[in-house]
Amino acid sequence: MAENRLIVNSSPHLKGMRSTSGIMLDVIIALIPAVILSVYFFSYIAALVILVSVASSLFFEFLYNLASHKKQTLGNLSAVVTGVILALNLPPAKSSIWIAAVGSFVAIIIVKMLFGGLGKNIFNPAMAARVFLTVSFAGQMTSWYAPGVDGITSATPLAMAQNGMTTGYMDLFLGNIPGSLGETSALAILIGFIWLISRRVITWHIPTAFIASTALFTFIFGQDPLFHILSGGLMLGAVFMATDYVTSPTTWKGKMIFGFGCGLITAAIRVFGSLPEGVSFSILFMNAVVPLIDRYTVPKSFGEVKKNA
Amino acid sequence: MIGGVITPHYKNTAKSETKIMPVPDKVEIPMVHHIGAPCLPLVKKGDEVMVGTKIGDSEKFVSAPVHSSVSGTVSDVRKILFPNGSYVDSVVIKTDGRQTVDPGIKPPEVNTREDFLKAIRESGLVGLGGAGFPAHVKLNPPKDKKIDYLLINAAECEPYITSDYRETIENSWNVISGINIVMEFLGIENVIIGVEDNKPTTIKILNDIADTDKKITAVPLKSKYPQGAEKMLIYALTGRIVPAGGLPMDVGVIVMNVASISFVAKYMKTGMPLVSKRLTVDGAVIREPSNVEVCVGTYIRDLMDFCGGFTEDPYKILMGGPMMGVAQYTLDMPVLKQNNAILAFNKKQSTLPEQTACIRCGRCVRACPMKLMPQQLDIFANSNNTVQLEKFNVSSCIECGTCSYVCPAKRHLVQAIRKGKTLVSMSRQKK
Repeated sequence: MAENRLIVNSSPHLKGMRSTSGIMLDVIIALIPAVILSVYFFSYIAALVILVSVASSLFFEFLYNLASHKKQTLGNLSAVVTGVILALNLPPAKSSIWIAAVGSFVAIIIVKMLFGGLGKNIFNPAMAARVFLTVSFAGQMTSWYAPGVDGITSATPLAMAQNGMTTGYMDLFLGNIPGSLGETSALAILIGFIWLISRRVITWHIPTAFIASTALFTFIFGQDPLFHILSGGLMLGAVFMATDYVTSPTTWKGKMIFGFGCGLITAAIRVFGSLPEGVSFSILFMNAVVPLIDRYTVPKSFGEVKKNA
Repeated sequence: MIGGVITPHYKNTAKSETKIMPVPDKVEIPMVHHIGAPCLPLVKKGDEVMVGTKIGDSEKFVSAPVHSSVSGTVSDVRKILFPNGSYVDSVVIKTDGRQTVDPGIKPPEVNTREDFLKAIRESGLVGLGGAGFPAHVKLNPPKDKKIDYLLINAAECEPYITSDYRETIENSWNVISGINIVMEFLGIENVIIGVEDNKPTTIKILNDIADTDKKITAVPLKSKYPQGAEKMLIYALTGRIVPAGGLPMDVGVIVMNVASISFVAKYMKTGMPLVSKRLTVDGAVIREPSNVEVCVGTYIRDLMDFCGGFTEDPYKILMGGPMMGVAQYTLDMPVLKQNNAILAFNKKQSTLPEQTACIRCGRCVRACPMKLMPQQLDIFANSNNTVQLEKFNVSSCIECGTCSYVCPAKRHLVQAIRKGKTLVSMSRQKK
């Protein structure tokens, strides 16, 4: 018998079934309702934007690994997730097709790979790319079209609200409103949220704290909290972007603080800022303070005795 | 319990009644089966020994004597290389097959607490749950520590292992009378037997026969790894938290494994020291997975043959369970007293997946029963950051392996943390 083959390593010798790629696949599945509804509301343009975004995200990650002689990492599927989320953040316009490619470059190469790849990035790639695009291509990034292919640009409910116009809750909930591909339908995102929770991919802490604190502060600032919950990128951001493992705290206490901070900044920008939308900026800002939150939310270990200073 | 993880149970051998393995031709009994000072061999090559003859002892307090498990002739006293890298004195005995019992073996006369502790020391009993802490030390807390709870650990949370389960079913009365003996001599009033709820038979049997004495109760615990870890068990059964660096006696508790307590009763009746042990033999390549009672010192190779040999080449041999067991480098390693399983795995089960980047998912943080941050400790250990390791309480890690198990990036977390613990203890020694 080939005894010299006995493998000797230290315990444990058993590993769970969960893998990084499995988790990413769950996130992709959770995004499917939003993808389907975006295609339903915005037709082939939506499909094209999503396709280009995913393909170019994969391509840029492949290229970076190739150029830097690193092992290929496409298998962990994180580039697909970034691609889909980025696409859902773009307006349903023809210009979004090439903007998606530029955005993928920023998200994958600059925000993720240059910082050391998956797990090392400070900012959520899709979120940082969206902000980059909004600042760089302000015109294209705000050319919102109403659902349907009649090609009429119109203001988003949030922008309309800044001018004193209102939109019905039901339209907001279903997504029958102008806005970016994925942020229009709260319903689709809610389905994804339930999937993520039931698969234990994320915990409830960040989305709940985020949405609750947005509602709380918009209410304090004298506006309609329900309208703010259902409109803009709040649901999409709270469920899919703020919960990005890499750029959010690991403890439940940290997650609550993180979500709360996101909500406060979102409400402040929406109500007092000159921009109609604040979700992306709030998440980016809170991404930056994650190390600080982590530092002050280290749990007391089991049986920890107070150290003598 | 805080944290933890639900692992597969793989209790394939739960229904396997204990088989007694015939005495092998040769056994090898190392002088270390326990935490503490190694024993010195009391025999030399050519000496005749019988079952129960003391062959190793130490003058140190934290140690436990070693006895021959067979009758025969000492054929060698040599050094054996343990998987932890240390060389240990070891007595090789050629058996004569007669299993003659040493004439000195008789039930101990025990009237006082001191007699009892002396008898326990002579029995060579060590914690049979796996750690092997000498029982007479554990049962002898300093006077200022008032003990009001005796906890019996029958959780058996490691996958595969069913040897404790078989003990509770086959030797239920010994478990109960062992408890009564310890209660009597140590003056402890409350006893709780902790059992994972995947073993309802154990709970029922023990509660049935303990009925006459209401102070002994078997309590179901959630089947969640590492429920049987000492600190987790104490917390689950009494709500008490053992302070970091402290012992169960600091919170008024003594914890004994169910096989240990059962042995106490057996020893008081017969005087036969700890020379045999029930093991679960299982794993994908074992032809006949079963529970086997073997002489301490039986080579794994002989035990494997007794269980029908391998169905295919083993790639990993474990002493203990898959979560905390020790991988063996050879089949010529003898079974130790505190050993409760030998597992043999095939190639697929034996190879650990490659590590990938941490995605900060926080699963390890949520799963850690000690409320540590394994993902941070991994970073600090890999960068030799002793200061941060100490700040994040690396020494509190009980090495249960839950963090490594749950990690989707397949990080070798507890393995890195072990290195971190070593770094910290080395830097403390320097100071």
